[in-house]
Amino acid sequence: MAKKNFNNALKKAFSKDALTIYLVVAIYAVISIMLYGDLASRQLTNMLISVSCYIVLAVSLNLVVGLLGELSLGHAGFMSVGLFSGCLFSMWTVDLIPMLYIRLPLAMIFGGLFAAIVGFVVGLPALRLKGDYLAIVTLACGEIIKNIITNLEITGGALGLTTTNSGSYIYSKPKVLLPYAIVLVLITVVVMMNIKKSRHGRAIMAIRDNRIAAEATGVNVTYYKLIVFVLAAFFAGAAGVLYGHSFANIKPAVFNYNMSIEILVIVVLGGMGSINGSIIAAIALKALPEMLRGLDKYRMLIYSIVLIVVMLLNSNQKFIEFKSKFSFKSLLKMKKKSKKEEISNEQ
Amino acid sequence: MSNNYEHKPKLVPYPSNAFVPERDLGKRPVLEVNHLGIDFGGLTAVDDFSIIVGRTEIAGLIGPNGAGKTTVFNLLTNVYHPTRGSILVDGMSTAGKSTHQVNHMGIARTFQNIRLFSNLSVLDNVKVGLHNSMKENFFAAVTHGFGYGKAEKKADKEALEFLDFFHMADMADAPAGSLPYGAQRRLEIARALATSPKIILLDEPAAGMNPSETAELMENIRRIRDNFGIAVMLIEHDMKLVMNICEGICVLDHGKVIAKGTPDEIKSNPKVVEAYLGKAKEA
Repeated sequence: MAKKNFNNALKKAFSKDALTIYLVVAIYAVISIMLYGDLASRQLTNMLISVSCYIVLAVSLNLVVGLLGELSLGHAGFMSVGLFSGCLFSMWTVDLIPMLYIRLPLAMIFGGLFAAIVGFVVGLPALRLKGDYLAIVTLACGEIIKNIITNLEITGGALGLTTTNSGSYIYSKPKVLLPYAIVLVLITVVVMMNIKKSRHGRAIMAIRDNRIAAEATGVNVTYYKLIVFVLAAFFAGAAGVLYGHSFANIKPAVFNYNMSIEILVIVVLGGMGSINGSIIAAIALKALPEMLRGLDKYRMLIYSIVLIVVMLLNSNQKFIEFKSKFSFKSLLKMKKKSKKEEISNEQ
Repeated sequence: MSNNYEHKPKLVPYPSNAFVPERDLGKRPVLEVNHLGIDFGGLTAVDDFSIIVGRTEIAGLIGPNGAGKTTVFNLLTNVYHPTRGSILVDGMSTAGKSTHQVNHMGIARTFQNIRLFSNLSVLDNVKVGLHNSMKENFFAAVTHGFGYGKAEKKADKEALEFLDFFHMADMADAPAGSLPYGAQRRLEIARALATSPKIILLDEPAAGMNPSETAELMENIRRIRDNFGIAVMLIEHDMKLVMNICEGICVLDHGKVIAKGTPDEIKSNPKVVEAYLGKAKEA
């Protein structure tokens, strides 16, 4: 019995989900050592927070696109709602709570909740639509949000929000923000992975695979669509707050449909429903343009060629077979097999 | 046990000129449908459809192609909302309820063209059926604590029991989409049973099956009724199956009920013969 428990614990410790978390922790450990040991280049330092934010955005959008199977093109809109509300909250309370380790988490929760409320208001009517229609409506909602924020006085209008004003100075350096980014990424990844393996996650994936059958099996489709939409908006908002703290000035015009599509590209490139895929794709796609800065002229060309090649390969049956031979799972299996063979040889 | 249910069922009158099997008399019928009808624009797809199904009855719904049989199933599960008439499930009206609420009330169904969650594993398909009987709130789901492990373990066990009932336990980890056709049909029934219904609606369960598979299906339908003590209502074109296992049969043609009764009564009903084969020419 004790052995069985031990085996189960071992299985859990080496499951695919756990490996993803180890991977994320390992990457961040290396980066932290580089950053705090002053080994990181300025380029890398400046990228860290925005790449972390993109990981959170991609993983949360993956919940909508990959698990629920609905196309949402307004993710940047929810991010900007969270960003501006959270940063304003942070600016107002900066005198009251000078400690960043209390203020920033509070601001993230505030911004996330605000984005979630907007997600709920947008989702309530929009989620009655399906497929392309939903995509168009979310696209429009993202643009509406952008325009509203541009025209609000409180957010600084088109000039944007300045986070370095005296009296409301909330800008922080990447060195300070990295621990918060790590925690946010880990929380997002764990929450998404856990939901996927619960009755709620199964219900969500059932809706993706066959809505009519899910309904007939007793799944409340409207409820789950809304929950997913609100949850994704929450994490997008929280990521936005972090993003906002890492810039001296944020213009609302940045959060247009281009950014929404960029997030979608990350999700599609990483594989629908795959969380590690989203993480890797976010790192690759955000780091690649920075790395290619030297080849300034051909930067966008290389970027698009990489996208096209990956898309073509991903839909190629032969490549998928080839890839599955070298996947982590099959490598583990091969190891097991060779071990078994060893044992049988010994006998 | 199953001998009690053997052939030549005796249907006894039930108030409001319907019939239920003798053993179900005195208990509230699981399904009471009164004068159900639906119009699509100017077209009346189903009109004046009434049926009463006893608690452990196997009822058949037959009719030529396009008679409106699947429409009746869609009306019973509120996929379409009826224009006229009422549906009582175990005495409760389904009017204004949505499809998933009707499922909570006790109607589960399968589909004519199989609708599985093809990317989920076989076990997970059945666990979606257990969705509403699982006590696992959102917080437990997010943290994987607070009773999550216990609830999942219980669900795994229950789901495996349902799979075992159809001799599919060994396929539990395979993706549902990769199963052979017959197994997909069985999985759909297992998933529907997992929602602990009071009546299960099977839409052409024997479609595309060979005679030996059909025989197995017949046995399975009887076992469903005997083991779970629920009613079964099925649409089927395979007359051998229908006449063999159904106790009460309702024949639909052009959206209207043209005959009701035991298999023997239906076989000799001239109206039914006419609907299927056409009117005999007078020589």
